[in-house]
Amino acid sequence: MINPKYFLKGVLCSRKFDSPAIALGASFIAIGALLKNLGFTIQESIFSTFLTYALPGSLVMAESMLIGASLINIFLAVWLVNSRLYPMTVSIMPLLKHESQPRWKYYLSCHFVAVSSWLILKSNYEEIEKNYRIDFWIGIGTATWLIAIFSTVLGYYAADFLNKDMIIGLTIVNPIYFMCAMIGVMKTIQLSSAILLGAILGPIFYFISTEWSVLIGGVVAGTVAYLIGEKYGN
Amino acid sequence: MATNIILIILVTSFATYISRFLGAFTSEKIGETSKIYKWFNCVAYSTLAALISRMLIFPSGDLSDVNYILRITVILLSILIFYVTKRNLVYPTVLSAIILATLNSFTV
Repeated sequence: MINPKYFLKGVLCSRKFDSPAIALGASFIAIGALLKNLGFTIQESIFSTFLTYALPGSLVMAESMLIGASLINIFLAVWLVNSRLYPMTVSIMPLLKHESQPRWKYYLSCHFVAVSSWLILKSNYEEIEKNYRIDFWIGIGTATWLIAIFSTVLGYYAADFLNKDMIIGLTIVNPIYFMCAMIGVMKTIQLSSAILLGAILGPIFYFISTEWSVLIGGVVAGTVAYLIGEKYGN
Repeated sequence: MATNIILIILVTSFATYISRFLGAFTSEKIGETSKIYKWFNCVAYSTLAALISRMLIFPSGDLSDVNYILRITVILLSILIFYVTKRNLVYPTVLSAIILATLNSFTV
């Protein structure tokens, strides 16, 4: 089954001082407060984070509900905003693959793919032997997922005590953290151009299509960055 | 309304899991050192960067009520704090929340 030693190593990775768990916690507190204001019960709020565990997806769901969008529209909007999880999953699974490990672990643990867990894995996987990396990943995923659920509960109950300025403060934590984390990983020509071009093209494509901007901007920027990296080396 | 919310949650989580599942499925035949893997890696970073900059430049929800000059000030200050603190992630993050909440309470 799951090797407890490597699982625990993964869990402990999210406890570091500058862990993405800070950004994750703050943003899910804001989500908890938002869901309460939308009329969710505490059980529904927990259920939502438990099953979805993706911040932009939950935000889109909340906004769609506010404007009374149909289920099909909610499905499409969430699918588009969360489609970034597709290249993110492809870019970590080959690092975790090992023939001694059962396939169900990969299909179950792909639920844990989110920006914070993904960044923790990317900066730590090299220290772990390849045959146990999947257990290490399940540890990271379980820890970050539980932090998200716990923060949702906290935000739900704190909603009455948080004023609008505090909520606004909490909502900027997530993008600021990940913006700095992205600047921090700009170490090769390929990654630097991928991140810079993505950050520029995402908002530019927003003028053409609000829903498709992230996806189209990401694919165009990523492809150009890949070609730049191939030509000028890493 | 209650069943409606459950249905919306199920639809949202299904729409989210599809991308994760397809990612796990596609990557079965992709090697860590292959060119296609490198391309996916670039696209993953670009898409994330695109999403983050869109969230900051064209925010949705509560953040969209904040004046854009204030938002840009907080973004630039955070980058400055990040470099001044030798690439520490905690200080810019925590300070960005405090600075934005404080400045915003004066403007509204």
